[in-house]
Amino acid sequence: MSVIAGQISRVSGPVVQAKGMEGIKIRDLVQVGQLGLMGEVIEIKGDLASIQVYEETDGLTVGEPVSSEGIPFLVELGPGLIGSIYDGIQRPLEVISEQTGAFIRRGTTADPLPRERRWPFEPTVAVGGRVGPGDIIGTVQESSTVLHKIMVPEGVNGVIAEIKGGEYTIEEPVAQLEDGQELFLRQRCPIRRPRPYLEKIAASIPLVTGQRIFDVLFPVTKGGSAIIPGPFGSGKTVTQQTLAKWSDADIVIYVGCGERGNEMTEVLTEFPQLEDPRSGEPLMNRTILIANTSNMPVAARETSIYTGITFAEYYRDMGYDVALFADSTSRWAEALREISGRLEEIPGEEGYPPYLASRIASFYERSGRVRCLSSADQNGQQDQAREGSVTVIGAVSPPGGDFSEPVTQNSLRIAGTFWGLDAQLAYSRHFPAINWLTSYSLYLDALKNWYDQELSEEFLQMRAELLEILQREDELAKTVQLVGRESLSDPDKLLLQIARTIRDDFLRQSAFHEIEAYCPLQKQFYMMKAILSFYQHCRGLLGKRPYAEIEARPGWEQLARMRYFENEDFAPKYEQLLKELVADGGAVQQGVSQDQ
Amino acid sequence: MAELYSKAYRKINEIKGPLVFLDNVADVKFNERVVLVDSQQRRKNGQVLEVGERVIVVQVFEGSDGLDKKATEIFFTGDVVKLPLSEEMLGRVFDGSGHPRDGLGEIFPEVERPITGSPINPVSRAQPRDYIETGISAIDLMNTLVKGQKLPIFTGAGLPANQVTAQIARQVIRQSEGELVVIFGGMGITSREYNYFYRQFQESGALANAILFLNLADDPTIERILTPKMALTTAEYFAFDKGKDVLVILTDMLNYANALREISSAREEIPGRRGYPGYLYTDLATNYERAGLIHGQPGSVTQLPIVTMPNDDITHPVIDLTGYITEGQILLSRELDRQGIYPPVNPLPSLSRLMNLGIGKGKTREDHRQLQDQLYALYAQGVELRRLTAIIGSEGMGAAEQRVLKFTERFEREFVNQGEQPRSMQESMEWGWQLLSEVPRSELRRVEDKFVEQYMPGKAAEAVAA
Repeated sequence: MSVIAGQISRVSGPVVQAKGMEGIKIRDLVQVGQLGLMGEVIEIKGDLASIQVYEETDGLTVGEPVSSEGIPFLVELGPGLIGSIYDGIQRPLEVISEQTGAFIRRGTTADPLPRERRWPFEPTVAVGGRVGPGDIIGTVQESSTVLHKIMVPEGVNGVIAEIKGGEYTIEEPVAQLEDGQELFLRQRCPIRRPRPYLEKIAASIPLVTGQRIFDVLFPVTKGGSAIIPGPFGSGKTVTQQTLAKWSDADIVIYVGCGERGNEMTEVLTEFPQLEDPRSGEPLMNRTILIANTSNMPVAARETSIYTGITFAEYYRDMGYDVALFADSTSRWAEALREISGRLEEIPGEEGYPPYLASRIASFYERSGRVRCLSSADQNGQQDQAREGSVTVIGAVSPPGGDFSEPVTQNSLRIAGTFWGLDAQLAYSRHFPAINWLTSYSLYLDALKNWYDQELSEEFLQMRAELLEILQREDELAKTVQLVGRESLSDPDKLLLQIARTIRDDFLRQSAFHEIEAYCPLQKQFYMMKAILSFYQHCRGLLGKRPYAEIEARPGWEQLARMRYFENEDFAPKYEQLLKELVADGGAVQQGVSQDQ
Repeated sequence: MAELYSKAYRKINEIKGPLVFLDNVADVKFNERVVLVDSQQRRKNGQVLEVGERVIVVQVFEGSDGLDKKATEIFFTGDVVKLPLSEEMLGRVFDGSGHPRDGLGEIFPEVERPITGSPINPVSRAQPRDYIETGISAIDLMNTLVKGQKLPIFTGAGLPANQVTAQIARQVIRQSEGELVVIFGGMGITSREYNYFYRQFQESGALANAILFLNLADDPTIERILTPKMALTTAEYFAFDKGKDVLVILTDMLNYANALREISSAREEIPGRRGYPGYLYTDLATNYERAGLIHGQPGSVTQLPIVTMPNDDITHPVIDLTGYITEGQILLSRELDRQGIYPPVNPLPSLSRLMNLGIGKGKTREDHRQLQDQLYALYAQGVELRRLTAIIGSEGMGAAEQRVLKFTERFEREFVNQGEQPRSMQESMEWGWQLLSEVPRSELRRVEDKFVEQYMPGKAAEAVAA
């Protein structure tokens, strides 16, 4: 490996210029200065290279050495990722805190994956087996819920000469090919290029989140992408964290990109204690955290989402459904802007670099459901065939809550689901503060089969009915503003009443209530059904009974309370409730006949 | 003193606003502190903003007045800007660059720390858990402040942000029984404002536990960039070296951001929104993020920055970015202020993100979350109804709606408008339930029955049931 050695010629914030860098490539990793600070080449002019440095550049001076081995920044992939917390350039923050204490010092380095730990490796291919890139050669139980699959890295092909189960560290070979190449539990991978796969396939399964407004109204597929833009205080982070907790993904990767330190602490404190509703195991056992908080170096922030998505693709390649949460993509875009400014590039919209749109697009395009890379196609080894997905959910923080700004607009063009946060809802503490009139999901057609088969064909019909009621409510609200609620017709009054029930008792969901925090899909279905059958019932009563009497029915309160039914064995309770809502109507009809 | 530094140069090539450009000087370090001595032997402090092979850019904190190309000498200190720290600082007043301005002489430092600080490793942060009683119902009950939080106060010109902040500081100091350290960073504030705070600290006996860093309105603008960093470096020293709970009041962060803008434009950087530099978010965050708690260590840093909204515009970049970085905000309302309501805290857009960590069973009370939630929902509904009433008159309103309107009125007039008199958390909660009894039970969808039975004032609960 050739070493390129140059010298610092200019320092301006996080961008350093070096001369004598002939032969360097864009995105090569470099060591800057006496401290050997890590950086990445982002611009080349003659023998001058501009480098974004991942750490504070205080104290650097002209003439200090700069060196590079001419390879890009690589992340380490292997057992030990799950449950870890890294900064944007995969430094393990827990190890760092043991080394340097509570404050992060410059120039600190640590191995991303533990070197000493031994992992139990179980081979899944035998000696003599032919393997190619992406093929699984064995497994390691990485956490109580994650079976880590050891894959053949890119560019490696051959016949297994030696493979044996047992306890290995990540640096000991677990297998050898006939040509002498060794295979390890660990591989290294660049972050800015998508990991290869065989082909992208249509996503047709929803990411079930246990949150009614998402699952019922605006679902995202496993392999889809969603964005959550919202002004400050509208609950982006709480929403992201709620989704990270309860989504039915196999692996969750949470990237805190330029956000608050205390929020990462919250995740770190809560996730090990919370149970995954499906496995009963701590959520941390399926989670990787990347924390590059707002006060950590800006270049590492820019890198953090690529580190995150590379982790996601790696687990996808094992055949898992991975969900990646990026909070917030705006901070990443701002990091781009800041670096671009230091390079004195001509800015596009609002000071962002002109390539913002393409960067956003290529990031979101790394989501998707794929047939994973394996030799299933070439060697016909069908047992290696598998599918996996990466779902990307990106928070956006538009300045002043104005969605017309470039990051929101460019993200909107790409993402399949839009969850628009609304300050007015947040002000009245309606959470999640997702505006049901402006939000949308483009995945409903793709999901129709799934809903029809897994739940009921009624599901999507009822969903449409809910949205129609809410839409109609919005129109009526304008009338009410002019003439007052009292002058509306009875059917309209009833519609307003049921719309309010939908908003308050269905769409609103407390992330902090023990039972409410997670609502099983089947329960969501029952709740929706209860509301709509009660509505239908009351409509039947209109004209037969005075409106005030309909409004005073106990059913309204029953609907308000049904959310608190336990999350287990709720079906009989709802069946009972559905009957009661109708039985109550029966009594009214009796009353009607007596009156007559 | 400047003569002690080894390297002195007379190589100024260009002077522009607060910036000085020098030719080709060897071994100058990025962000290094420099001392400039002009022809009259007046000293100024500066910092290296950029080093290149041909040019060095230095920002001068006291402004470039009086500097010239020929006679001005520049000394490079070889080190970043550091602040001497010691427990003797308590009760002292410093200028915006950390020099004593009370005439009591230099302090004898125990340690010196770079004022830029280092980021707290997210792994080492402890989760904030204890609420701070401010004595203000609209904050304690509705937007609880938690130790280790950064909660800015967004205000407009002429609104009583200083009074509210001073009131909080007084109350917190009283509660801590002299254990709490208050650090005050004033950036571009008027002497009147300074005197107000000084008197408040003096009267509440807090001065002995306070440290003031002052950059007054007529002090050099660029120095404002240092002031919050001085205050926060001191805060970290007292919190994490000395185990104290520290409350940092920074006023006014708008002036800080404007100083940043001034340098940026002098450097001819590409401006972001309203001329502020593209790195404003990162820069503000490096200040605001210096709050919190650390695992296994006593002590905490809580920040109450005050930010003025120019023209009451909450979307102004400085306000907006502050809101994105901090953990909530207390918003003062001109409308409430005009009605004579004090403190004029507008509950709807105010928010404490860490509230949940500090309230509930064993902390405040089990019903706190639901009570707060219900008050919010009703007040939001009431504000909306009030808007409708203005259009269609109250005749169009049903009986239940009338009661919500009445609730809203009382909420503002009695609950928010508490005056200077502090209320305990217990009292605030009683007020809350008292107000809820104004409204029929069927409208109270966010509180569970068991809490209504337990906490709703007795008679009212029966009346509602009947």
